[in-house]
Amino acid sequence: MQISMTVNGDEVTREIEPRVLLVHFIRENLGLTGTHWGCDTSNCGTCVVLMDGQPVKSCTVLAAMADGHDIRTVEGLAAGGTLDPVQQGFMEEHGLQCGFCTPGMMLTARALLDRNPHPDDTEIRQAISGQICRCTGYATIVRSVQWAAAHPPGWDTETGAGTDDGGAGGAVAEEVTA
Amino acid sequence: MQIPAPFDYERASDVANALALLERHGPESRIIAGGHSLLPMMKLRLARPEWLIDINDLAELEFIRREGDQLRVGALTRHTALLESTDVAGLFPIIRDAEQVIADPVVRNRGTIGGSLCQADPAEDLSTVCDVLRAQAVIRGPDGERIVAMSDFHRGPYETAVAQNELLYEIRFTIRPRSGSAYEKVERRVGDWAIVAAGAAVGLSEDGTVEEAAIGLTAVGLDGTVPEAEAVLRGQQPHEDLFVEAARIAAAACHPVDDQRGPVDYKRHLADELTRRVLRRACARAAGAQEG
Repeated sequence: MQISMTVNGDEVTREIEPRVLLVHFIRENLGLTGTHWGCDTSNCGTCVVLMDGQPVKSCTVLAAMADGHDIRTVEGLAAGGTLDPVQQGFMEEHGLQCGFCTPGMMLTARALLDRNPHPDDTEIRQAISGQICRCTGYATIVRSVQWAAAHPPGWDTETGAGTDDGGAGGAVAEEVTA
Repeated sequence: MQIPAPFDYERASDVANALALLERHGPESRIIAGGHSLLPMMKLRLARPEWLIDINDLAELEFIRREGDQLRVGALTRHTALLESTDVAGLFPIIRDAEQVIADPVVRNRGTIGGSLCQADPAEDLSTVCDVLRAQAVIRGPDGERIVAMSDFHRGPYETAVAQNELLYEIRFTIRPRSGSAYEKVERRVGDWAIVAAGAAVGLSEDGTVEEAAIGLTAVGLDGTVPEAEAVLRGQQPHEDLFVEAARIAAAACHPVDDQRGPVDYKRHLADELTRRVLRRACARAAGAQEG
């Protein structure tokens, strides 16, 4: 069957078998191997991608079910050569060790911040509770997401404008882009 | 790599179309919604449909609506929507209790109430919830609509009253004054299936005595609710001694099996303890002493 969807802003059309899972479609048909494939049983969450802005476990979604939808993978986080604040946060706060869970963690974090720009630690922990970091680096993952919350898009990495204070981050970013 | 066996796929455009597709593709066709119960079964070859009919586009099945003394929930309503609904939290806190412990937030973005009920896994939480709320299932088929009480909906593990050529349309919950409900589950790790879970719903009369009570247990081989335990409470003022007695009866009435989730004695102990807890909470909520 033929399916079409938007992946990271690009329209893609492919011929697939109906039984192809979204994770394999993304990795093998589209060659976007940033989406990791882990437990296969919707437990580990490394395969999380955003479907119409919502995190979903792509090992338990058929590629056919994503036909006509908007998919965003880890490759679609950075824009115009600038890392998403979540990616920057994972660098700043050592949010990854082996990196296997990282793509899924970052996409869930992005979706969380889009809905709730200033989550507390509990909200972050809840949001990523369907994802497993076997390096057990949860504390630094939470700190990474908090870093991203404090440095929303538009925060200027060149001048260092902005603060580490979560409450003021948004206001500063508005000033910078104005 | 776990990949389902080959099948054909078609997307339904509305409920009538979904029913027509079920009719056309016959006994080996199945409805798929969130897919978080069915796809894992298909990967393991425990389910092997030849046709999947995808109903995810059926926006008409995705609603939480108050109508008269009922709360009506469309079969395609996602767990996340149930968890976030203020109507649900206020009227039926047991649904919120259960949704908080169903899988994890990402799975809840996809999984649906209809999918959970129709998959009818014996360890599934919403079946117990719907049982104790004495919910009704609205089922649509080629001959129109029929309404089935939850007690008739369950036919056994992985079996429901929904025939192959039918579709679960909505779940109806009756809103009662001075009512309260609660659900509590013990699992091996966060988001796992229940080792045991208990649910209770009570309705109080104006003088505070228990008018209606329902007690259900998950994952311990109980078919429906426990009338003998419910009878202990009916007509009485809520009291700890009654909770203890009702829980004792409920725990004795269930049929846990020894498996990787735990031995029989442990599960029976959980059934007893969890029933006490949900009765306490349901009664407190009904009395307005505790907000859901």
